[in-house]
Amino acid sequence: MTTTAPAPVTSTDTLLDFGNVEMTFPNGTVALQGVDLTVDRGEFVSVVGPSGCGKSTLLRIASGLETASDGTAQVTADRIGYVFQDATLLPWRSVQGNVELLAELQHAPKADRAEKARRAIDLVGLNGFESNLPKQLSGGMRMRVSLARSLTLDPQLFLFDEPFGALDEITRERLNDELLRLFVAQRFAGLFITHSVSEAVYLSTKVIVMSGRPGSIVGRFDVPFPMPRDPDIRFTPEFAELVGEVSHALREGHR
Amino acid sequence: MATLQQATEARAARLATRRSRPRRAVTWWQPVVVFAVLIGVWYAAAAYYDHVRNLAFLVPYPHLVLKAIVWDTGVNGAPTTFDSDLWKALGRTSVVSLTGLAFAIVIGVVWAMLMAQAKWLENSLYPYAVVLQCVPILALVPLIGALFGYEFTSRVIVTVMIALFPMVSNTLFGLQSADRAQRELFQLQRAGRGAQLVKLQVPAALPSIFVGLRTSAGLSVIGAIVGDQFFQRGNPGLGVLIQVTASRLMGPELYATIIIASLYGVAVFLLFGLIGRLAVGRWHDFG
Repeated sequence: MTTTAPAPVTSTDTLLDFGNVEMTFPNGTVALQGVDLTVDRGEFVSVVGPSGCGKSTLLRIASGLETASDGTAQVTADRIGYVFQDATLLPWRSVQGNVELLAELQHAPKADRAEKARRAIDLVGLNGFESNLPKQLSGGMRMRVSLARSLTLDPQLFLFDEPFGALDEITRERLNDELLRLFVAQRFAGLFITHSVSEAVYLSTKVIVMSGRPGSIVGRFDVPFPMPRDPDIRFTPEFAELVGEVSHALREGHR
Repeated sequence: MATLQQATEARAARLATRRSRPRRAVTWWQPVVVFAVLIGVWYAAAAYYDHVRNLAFLVPYPHLVLKAIVWDTGVNGAPTTFDSDLWKALGRTSVVSLTGLAFAIVIGVVWAMLMAQAKWLENSLYPYAVVLQCVPILALVPLIGALFGYEFTSRVIVTVMIALFPMVSNTLFGLQSADRAQRELFQLQRAGRGAQLVKLQVPAALPSIFVGLRTSAGLSVIGAIVGDQFFQRGNPGLGVLIQVTASRLMGPELYATIIIASLYGVAVFLLFGLIGRLAVGRWHDFG
């Protein structure tokens, strides 16, 4: 080859690129300041920080629900999944109906969305519960329905806004494992907001630590453990050491 | 993978299903006892008015009232037309109240849907719902009569005015009850306003719409009877019958009319409660 065409910008593996993002709310509160953040294909990035540090705002900007007041916020993924803090299911729809919702809003044909929903329900292990109503499900199962709903989009970038914060420890660990399994199998990139350091380290390839008022990044850690992850790495000294370092950065930033 | 966890969740789901069905204790005999006590008190009062005050028509004996409801015979055994009058009046009152209710539902839902579209529409339109609620209907009676006559139309208008507000306020409240995250879920898929209204706001509003409907249905009976008493021309209903029997001192007939009017009100309330439960009871605990 004699000539090399310059690579088009979209061919990079960066799905989300924040440069010096700033967010000031109309009431004058500075929620984010000077945030630089990228999420590449194959990455699972967790953001930990004290409550009110603007980490949810980060996600809202990424999803397009809010617009940054300054800086550049580029998202090159076309299919974005968003999982809310609550399961946000429609109580009058069955599990099947809830999982079909997003495809339905995009006017997908009936057979198509039923098939997508069937596959997604399968992925989160809720077979047999298709006709149940949300009120008949436990909190963990509702969260799985919520995950399945976003999975029907076949997202390239998956945004999680503290999705397991309201669940008990056992359900939470179980769903962490499910999420890791989905991450490995479905090959989406993830941006995960949490206030649990060990959850962040266990799930992620990269952990970002934020401090509050105004929200800014005070630490970045690469997580060296390979995927798929063995649940028992949580009990290894290496894991504990990394959790310690992240917690330390969190405490330093909070001071 | 971890079948134990899934089994636990399945069990939790089954328990939740079972728990969601309200457990009704068998308490039918308690209201029956109260009913018997009330009838006893009524008999005592009737006896007092009959023998001590000599004003038997003010508090007639319960069995005379029952007789007036069931048979076409007066207290003295002479034939009357009261019984058939009573059922015809009930029929006319039902027509007025249900017509008024139908208008109140349509107007109320459309009004609330308009207001749910934008904050400025709500700000401009809601005060008038409150004004309508606060206007003393009595003050408007001469005007309504002069404009629309003293018959059916005016009775329906009064019924609509009395029954409208709960429809407007409950529908609006319901349409706004979808939480922020649910709305954002639709927003993220770039769902239009129509899709959001049909797939999110209206279904979310149904429980409170049915609560409003039940309240309005009860009020529509009141409206029809009140309308009757204001506008007495044409074919009168229960309201007119109440006034006529009262002015003629027809004790048992007056009580009979009042009881039928009340039972009709209760029946309408229960009917619309039942409709509400059938419509949303599957996913919402409709009280």
